[in-house]
Amino acid sequence: MRIFITVAVVALTVAISTTAQAFCGFYVARADTSLFNRASQVVLVRDEDRTVITMANDFQGEVEDFAVVVPVPTFIERGQINVADRALIEHLDAYTAPRLVEYHDPDPCARYDLRKNSQVSDAALPSAVQESDLAGRSRGVTIEASYTVGEYDILILSARESDGLIRWLKENDYNIPRGAESVVGSYLKQGMRFFVAKVNLAEQSKLGYSYLRPLQVAYESNKFMLPIRLGTLNAKGKQELYVYALTRTGRVETTNYRTVKLPSNTEVPEFIQTEFAGFYRDMFAKQTLQENERAVFLEYAWDMAWCDPCAADPMSQDELRRLGVFWTGDGSNGRIAPSQAQNVFVTRLHLRYDRDHFPEDLMFQETGDRQNYQGRYVIRHPYRGKTSCDASQYKTAVRERQEREAQTLANLTGWDIDEIRSKIPGIDGVRSEPGVTPWWKRIWQ
Amino acid sequence: MRNIACHAAKLRDPRFYQIAVLGLLLCYGIVVLDFGVRWQNALAILAAAQITQFLGTRAAGLGRFDPMSALITSMSLTLLLRTDVIAFAVLAAVIAIGSKFLIRIRGKHVFNPANAALVSLMLISDKAWVSSGQWGSAAIGALALACLGFLVLTRAKRSETTIAFLTTYAFLLVGRALWLDDPLTIPMHQLQNGALLIFAFFMISDPKTSPDARVGRLLYGIVVASIAYTIQFVFYEPNGPILALIMSAPLVPLIDALLQGQVYRWKQPAGNPVAQTKGVF
Repeated sequence: MRIFITVAVVALTVAISTTAQAFCGFYVARADTSLFNRASQVVLVRDEDRTVITMANDFQGEVEDFAVVVPVPTFIERGQINVADRALIEHLDAYTAPRLVEYHDPDPCARYDLRKNSQVSDAALPSAVQESDLAGRSRGVTIEASYTVGEYDILILSARESDGLIRWLKENDYNIPRGAESVVGSYLKQGMRFFVAKVNLAEQSKLGYSYLRPLQVAYESNKFMLPIRLGTLNAKGKQELYVYALTRTGRVETTNYRTVKLPSNTEVPEFIQTEFAGFYRDMFAKQTLQENERAVFLEYAWDMAWCDPCAADPMSQDELRRLGVFWTGDGSNGRIAPSQAQNVFVTRLHLRYDRDHFPEDLMFQETGDRQNYQGRYVIRHPYRGKTSCDASQYKTAVRERQEREAQTLANLTGWDIDEIRSKIPGIDGVRSEPGVTPWWKRIWQ
Repeated sequence: MRNIACHAAKLRDPRFYQIAVLGLLLCYGIVVLDFGVRWQNALAILAAAQITQFLGTRAAGLGRFDPMSALITSMSLTLLLRTDVIAFAVLAAVIAIGSKFLIRIRGKHVFNPANAALVSLMLISDKAWVSSGQWGSAAIGALALACLGFLVLTRAKRSETTIAFLTTYAFLLVGRALWLDDPLTIPMHQLQNGALLIFAFFMISDPKTSPDARVGRLLYGIVVASIAYTIQFVFYEPNGPILALIMSAPLVPLIDALLQGQVYRWKQPAGNPVAQTKGVF
């Protein structure tokens, strides 16, 4: 059996959803996690010392080869591990994804409409594995509990020495990457514990899932952190990680790395409608480099009760509870709160990491910041219908706007400005070429 | 001639350098890092600090109103405090300057003003916080901060606290990494923290709230670093240094009682201090 040590596992692809209309522009597309390869997603539900973590990554391969060794900040017992529905993370991804919105310029000859509509509003903006038990004890590794949850066999390990744990894992056919021993040893000395999850094929076929569902762990610890070091050991190149933090108070940020807001609420050329995925990928890559590849990026921070524009509906009370939001209305007494969640603030963080640039685990803190932020990119379609008046002033303004959009796009992505300009359809067949058009031509137009 | 002498005397006041460096850091933070300083908060802190300083000066019966220290406190607060509630920004400034006048032992104020305000607000509400990661860890940036900060310290001639603090903290972090068998890139990354350096060079170094004797200051730096490390790496709570400083501050009068030294006065850096306890804010 081949085993992968990492934080999380499961393949995720999300289709672009249907168009939704909202005050803050017409929503047209989103940049969800399926844009990036090797993307892990982690949901951290945190309030005071209580944490519920849900882990999913895009494991590609035969499920029988899959197993994961998960470090947890504290000792956990049987029953603290659960399997979640993948649709929950898909929904959270869709809800928080950076979004593209569009506006249509009205007829410039209807001045009343122009003033009213053309402003872009920013404000709204136990089948057990018992055979190895005895051998394990001799290595200083005790299997505290072994049971089956959903399609996973879970082994909760108690070990004092890293070499014992590593030897035990190797003897049980787990493929351990080089360097794991020192990291495991470091974690053990810091009081962290481990569990192993591997796929139980019989259970999986009984349940009928063709993919791996996310694992969930609930624990109580004052460490508000995410162990990423093991995951960097067997990684080829950089990995993408999305952290969705659900808290009661406000935005979550990293305390040992810089948390940076991605440029947002910017106007980009119309053709981005068909190239949004490429635009977002390249913009993210450029911003990462600008921050010396050491920053964590904020993609979304919003009160879960609403959204504007909505890339997907906010999550329901029931979905949030299944993700581990334990403080929302308790359905057990029969009085379920309104279907949309209250008092839940979501933060979406995105980082591209490797061992060199992120040597330390991610440490977080919850802030009191409840200001809404979203990755939102705007396209504005010029009015191309027939005009009943002299619209030359409007057309000049559009050309200037298109040039501004081209420069913004070039700045954000590093794309070639001339190539961008060539993709921008001119208005009335005249392309925006402010560098070529002499300034005096505009005086007597 | 008198004018020149007057300017020369002013330049000996290390607070000018401190204001210049803090101003540079603020500009760097706002323009380059864009780390979320709200101008409304900055103005509110500035105004509230000066008003409190003025009222405090009058209430304490001190002759001359000196805006310099309150300005430094305002800048430190603007650099470190994050809140969306402007009332908390005002409250922070009032607590900071007010604590200087109200909490005094043997003629010295006990708490570093900005430190007292930060901790009080974090205790009162979850709407105020310190973003310790916002400076990033770019090595060059850290070095620049350290050098600029050191300039301030050398003018103040009381760098022992900072040196003792940073040395002890670095020693503990490297020791931890060796014990855990972690690569040394981890303690290096932990030390390249802008907020840690700002704390070390602009907060713990405050000559008014550190012990008078040199040995006392060394001891004090070691104690603060040890508590900061414990908070951060044993209890895994953020803001270790800031919390450690407020916890250690009551030790200063004790250290002063045990170890004789000279009370610090602004404008009299090193060499020619005058032991005067009144009117020194």
